[in-house]
Amino acid sequence: MPRKKNGGLAGLVEPDRVHRSVYADPAIFEREMDHIFHKTWIYAGHESQVPKPGDYYTVQIGRQPMIMVRNKDRSISVLYNRCPHRGAMLCGDRHGNAGKAFICSYHGWQFETDGQVRSIPLPQGYEGTRFSTDNPDCNIKRAARVGSYRGFVFVSLAEDGETLEEFLGDAKVAFDDMCDRAPKGEVEVVPTCFRVVQKSNWKIFLENQLDALHPSITHESAGRAAQIVEKDIAKRSGKAPLDYHYLSAFTTPLSKWDQVQTVNYPNGHCILQGYMGLRPTDPDTLEYEKVMRKHYGKDRTEEILSVNIHHVLLYPGLSVQSPLQQLRAVRPLSVDRTLTEIWHFRLKGAPEAIYRRALGYYNLVNSPATMVNADDLENFWKCHQGLASDGGDWVSFHRNAGQDDDDEGVIKSRFGTSEAPMRNQFRAWSDMMAGA
Amino acid sequence: MAKEKTKTKKKATAKTNGVDTQREVEQFLYRQAEILDAKQWADFIDLFTADGHYWMPATPDQTTGEGVPSIFYEDRDLMTVRMTRVGHPHAWSQAPAWGTSHLVSNVVIEQDDKKKGEIVARSRFHMMEFRRDASRHFAGTYRHHLRRTSDGLRIRQQRVDMVNGEGVYDYVLQIWV
Ligand code: FES
Ligand SMILES: [Fe+2]
Repeated sequence: MPRKKNGGLAGLVEPDRVHRSVYADPAIFEREMDHIFHKTWIYAGHESQVPKPGDYYTVQIGRQPMIMVRNKDRSISVLYNRCPHRGAMLCGDRHGNAGKAFICSYHGWQFETDGQVRSIPLPQGYEGTRFSTDNPDCNIKRAARVGSYRGFVFVSLAEDGETLEEFLGDAKVAFDDMCDRAPKGEVEVVPTCFRVVQKSNWKIFLENQLDALHPSITHESAGRAAQIVEKDIAKRSGKAPLDYHYLSAFTTPLSKWDQVQTVNYPNGHCILQGYMGLRPTDPDTLEYEKVMRKHYGKDRTEEILSVNIHHVLLYPGLSVQSPLQQLRAVRPLSVDRTLTEIWHFRLKGAPEAIYRRALGYYNLVNSPATMVNADDLENFWKCHQGLASDGGDWVSFHRNAGQDDDDEGVIKSRFGTSEAPMRNQFRAWSDMMAGA
Repeated sequence: MAKEKTKTKKKATAKTNGVDTQREVEQFLYRQAEILDAKQWADFIDLFTADGHYWMPATPDQTTGEGVPSIFYEDRDLMTVRMTRVGHPHAWSQAPAWGTSHLVSNVVIEQDDKKKGEIVARSRFHMMEFRRDASRHFAGTYRHHLRRTSDGLRIRQQRVDMVNGEGVYDYVLQIWV
């Protein structure tokens, strides 16, 4: 068992190392749910998942089963998936259309999609009790706060705290970059969600997302295999499809990875600057750029297309790859199990070929048959096994410690493989966990 | 043997499906299952025509693998990437070794176009996988679009719809189901 018991946090996080119990202690996990996932802004879904009134998607926010639903007036509500009568879950399906009302399958209470109670069978039974329909306790409980940024819906289960815009800060570039690349300035979800469980603590995934030290080691097999076939196709027919590059990019030598940069914000968000060079000059791209110029003009198009982002991490629960129009939402299930939900988007107004590019990445890298994450998930499991053991107490984040640039609290790594993002995530973690 | 064959053939022509085709396709499917369980990846790829695809749709309502999300949508080149990856000494997830058992059954010949040499066959499969002391089960429908070639039957498209395909994946699918 971890050295520190009962979720005690003192001395667990040092600037360049953390105690393993932050990953392995179930009591700390419970505290994370209360202090992080039930307080800060957590991604619920994209507005286009629920286009029509009554459309809903269920989603887990921390430990809370919630419903994201579209109302008649086009607004979006996020409700606890629980009937106020005797507590039954309201939506047993992952998604669907509730029609005009949510109807509880137990005793037939009905609710407007915004949670307001609509009717109760034999209402006279409540006469003279304090549970009459004007009592707000008869409504489905709503998420304390719901916010949307360019169609991406977040919820906070705490009444107070920073606004969604404050929370996003500069990391909102994740959504700006994705939406701006659409000639119409908007994206639309492709209604397929790949869901994969990682047998490891949720933080291990977040750390890995910005770990430029691992790809050429972990993904060597996928990178090499793709490189061999890519060369073979090139020999046969001139040029291999871009899909192969998604995989063969993993053969990029470590020294190159060291040239990317991470920008780390006090609340744990992090931006990884691009490395793949996703601005090819094939006819499809040129056609797309033409459409972009028509919508935005020359200068603005240049500005949009030269944004050089590979990955944005929104701590604690979202990883966005804006140039490839995909995101992964992190849903911690228990101290050693984490669900990832993986979505991708269409750029409204962009030619089909641009969608196909994102689709290729979604299928190859993010599907349940991924040749890439196969080796990541294996590592995550191994990490969790190691951290749950008594083989050592500390997890090292010493790489380039003390060598990052601190720009008024924003930490910019001088080296791509600096463990700055991990150190920074624990800076945010400590702040949040210390909160009342 | 030969005698029996001609006999069945004759009988079959009176009906829509030849018993011969039925047997031939069954044997082909059994062989493919065996190849997977024996991890003969190159032989697996060779069961496909030059333009062949292995396709596992993301949702059962899909009608084409083009332009839609798929769990697998692989031509022979992508299959070769997958084969080469699992054979690489640093394919970390290949340790521990894992094993599968495939059962194929309920084979129905949907189309048997003798002129074009094209056959469409539907079947049911069940795959049990054992890895690191844990078992997983995947089951569903195969639909094989087969073509007669000088080397025997070859797959133009194999569609795989798993009943649990839209579920949560506890770890990934490393190789074809
Ligand atoms: S529990 Fe919902 S109506 Fe009784
Ligand atoms: Fe990775």
